[in-house]
Amino acid sequence: MSYDVPLAEGESVEEISVDSDQTTGWQLWEVFMRPKRGLAYTHCGSVHAADAESAVLNARDAYTRLGGTASLWVVPSSAIHASDDPTSMFEPADDKPYRHPTFYEIPDEVGQL
Amino acid sequence: MTDGANAALVEVLLRHADDNTILGQRLGEYISSAPELEEDLAIANGALDHIGVAMHLYEYAAEIAGGDASVDGYSMRRNEREFTNALIVEQPNTDFAHIVARSFLFGVYQKLLWEQLSRSSDERLAGIAARALKEATYHVTHARRWVVRLGDGTPESHARMQTAIDEMWRFTSELFEQPDIDSVLIESGVVFDITRERAKWDAAVDDALEEATLVRPEDPYQATGGRLGRHTEHLGHLLAEMQWLQRTYPGASW
Repeated sequence: MSYDVPLAEGESVEEISVDSDQTTGWQLWEVFMRPKRGLAYTHCGSVHAADAESAVLNARDAYTRLGGTASLWVVPSSAIHASDDPTSMFEPADDKPYRHPTFYEIPDEVGQL
Repeated sequence: MTDGANAALVEVLLRHADDNTILGQRLGEYISSAPELEEDLAIANGALDHIGVAMHLYEYAAEIAGGDASVDGYSMRRNEREFTNALIVEQPNTDFAHIVARSFLFGVYQKLLWEQLSRSSDERLAGIAARALKEATYHVTHARRWVVRLGDGTPESHARMQTAIDEMWRFTSELFEQPDIDSVLIESGVVFDITRERAKWDAAVDDALEEATLVRPEDPYQATGGRLGRHTEHLGHLLAEMQWLQRTYPGASW
């Protein structure tokens, strides 16, 4: 696909049109956001960026505009290794309610666990 | 305040509001054309920051001026000669490097301006400036990264970044002009002498240019006139597009 960029004098559209996956070659980064100090970081999406610092800036512009952010992490998407096959990984835990410590009462003052 | 001081304050507020309106519009024009979606978002955020500041400044100016003065009236129903924005903000989005150069050179100035005005004896102006200062600090961080990345990048990006800096350079001295009408406000600590900030601007810009392996232009010609309403040929076209709706359907709102 081509991008609508202004042409310099003597430059033709053909010269500056490139495939979309070659336009920038920016890496994909996963973004983790922490709403306030003390809480855990949670995944909120991903951004393209050329380096880690740019990824933080891009994540700021993409995900924090509505406020309520204390800090951000960015991690190269390629560094994330995901689990596979939910049947054998997680289902065996579903029928073992005795593993849940449901008989404890958690005092309100404990707050976020 | 005296009538004279009030008139001067309205002029100052409009001057800075116009800078933000025009730059906000310029940045807005580029949305959807940035190299990546992420950059579109960054530019759109910046544009909205500028328009937000302009709105607060116009509101304050309209309250002081009284009568039928309004935010929409100032932004949508004034002509080219009535806008007192600096010439640099109306310069076209020639390419991405020009956008970055304009945002950087103007952003460093604006950060110094808001730092000054956040100490204003006028509390409302000080409040607007303090908020704008946080935004301007981010705009400079963002633009500076691109100046360095493109300047210290490929031969192509270096050449384009240098060209953009060279072309914007002639509009930078105007930013440090202090119109005579400001003197009454300087005495009362409402605004400050911007000419004193020039050395800090030079230092910040030189630092970035050096890191970006770019050459500081030696352009003896410096354009002026924006603060008096004498603009480059680009502003009229920008206003024609920006004001079209209010000109065609006066008072339209939704």
